[in-house]
Amino acid sequence: MEAIEVTGLRKTYKNREAVDGIDLVVARGEIFALLGPNGAGKTTTVEILEGHRRRSGGDVRVLGEDPGKAGSAWRTRVGIVLQDAADAADLTVREMIRHVGGFYPEPRSADEVIELVGLTAKSKSKIRTLSGGQRRRVDVALGIVGRPELLFLDEPTTGFDPEARRQFWELIRKLAGDGTTIVLTTHYLDEAEALADRLAVMADGRIVAEGTPATLGGRSGAAARVRWRTADGVAHDERHEDPTELIHRLVNTGVDLTTLTITRPTLEDTYLSLIGEAR
Amino acid sequence: MNTSLSRGHVELLQFFRDKTALVFTFAFPAMLLLLFGTIFGDQYNDAGVSASRVFTASMIAYGVLNTAFVTMGAGLAMDREDGTLKRLRGTPMPVSAYLVGKALLVLALSLAETALLLLVGVLVFDMPLPDASHWLTFTWIFLLSVIACSLLGVAVSALVRNARNAGAILNVPVVALQFISGVFIQPMSQLPDWLVNVASIFPVRWMAQGFRYVFLPESASSQELAGSWELGKVALVLGVWCVVGLVLCLMTFRWSDSDR
Repeated sequence: MEAIEVTGLRKTYKNREAVDGIDLVVARGEIFALLGPNGAGKTTTVEILEGHRRRSGGDVRVLGEDPGKAGSAWRTRVGIVLQDAADAADLTVREMIRHVGGFYPEPRSADEVIELVGLTAKSKSKIRTLSGGQRRRVDVALGIVGRPELLFLDEPTTGFDPEARRQFWELIRKLAGDGTTIVLTTHYLDEAEALADRLAVMADGRIVAEGTPATLGGRSGAAARVRWRTADGVAHDERHEDPTELIHRLVNTGVDLTTLTITRPTLEDTYLSLIGEAR
Repeated sequence: MNTSLSRGHVELLQFFRDKTALVFTFAFPAMLLLLFGTIFGDQYNDAGVSASRVFTASMIAYGVLNTAFVTMGAGLAMDREDGTLKRLRGTPMPVSAYLVGKALLVLALSLAETALLLLVGVLVFDMPLPDASHWLTFTWIFLLSVIACSLLGVAVSALVRNARNAGAILNVPVVALQFISGVFIQPMSQLPDWLVNVASIFPVRWMAQGFRYVFLPESASSQELAGSWELGKVALVLGVWCVVGLVLCLMTFRWSDSDR
């Protein structure tokens, strides 16, 4: 059974289609990333999957149940990392994690979770006093304290410094290694590329492309750009589906190879062209 | 059950750590009592009871209104806005545990508030405490008052779009009802009939009247509108408001602003 199966999901606000008929499948144990600009419908989609929002149409199965009707047994199996929570400001990190852990039948210990998210030094600090990035790590801790089978993360690394992001990525890989299915939304492309087994790009309420980070939007088959300089100083810039033959020729003709670069479109190039087309 | 107690514990921890809310919720009714009691303290009504004692008894209704109605209403609006409710909704915690937790908070605060007001009454205004049978009556009036006010607080919080305005919005009915329900102005016979009729619809008049029964001498009943304490009516009106409050809660409860 798949972790998530969505067909024809729609969400209509008063005069706007926030989600306009999307299909999604997320396999068990997979890290799945939902990419897209602000307002594309990522958060709405994820909140419907989490059971936080009602859908206007379509069929949704999350861990085999309809999240719009699922009860507390289902919620035990699902972890949610909120995007913009500011709750429990007057509790300490440890108090809040112990408190929420108490709702689950087999929670991780507070100290274990605090260690996992790297907040050991802050465990006795009030949540109010934490930086934005530390606050988000508390949210992550609260999402995983119940040992979920499926974890939702909505833009989890907003406000993280680069080192904290790397640590966070390690944590996500570790959770996925233990068999947790992970669905994250992000607008950091490097994050999606570093973490995701599969990703989908949303724009204007639709999924405009789906694939692995390497194949998204036909990226692997896209032409490579080859640039070099000949001995007379003239710059060359050519596009080739398969540059192998060209490279052989350049090597044989004695071109200065330090001037040679071969690039394929980055995930960012692909992404920008995808959301550009959708607009 | 453990989950509910855990919620209650966390609610109390958070409340007592927020010093501003602590001071405003507790000190305000006590400050008003000190002011009113001191200004009008030497006046005696026709039954020979000093105004400061009447204020002490009536002001308990304000205390409960403040800790139950305002704390519940503003607290819920805040929980909806800062993500507390959304967080809890995503866990297996049952809704009932959240509400019981809030109820424990409100009950503890209302008891503490009442104790503070009585302390002012006893220490500053020489009010004697009543006998055991009056305390029994106090228990049911107090519980019905706390339940009715809390449920109405939950219901009214649904009207609050922005938690920052919650205190202001909730205090409109609170202050208005103080004036017409015999808390600030007693005897109520000084009010025009239509205002008395309006006040009699709402619980505050009956709460104040019930608390006056508990803490004033029997002779003071001559100052009530009916010339008696009307405890049956107190029970009836507060009981009806508990039911109305519950129905309104069930109809209007929202987990979040975006729960559409």
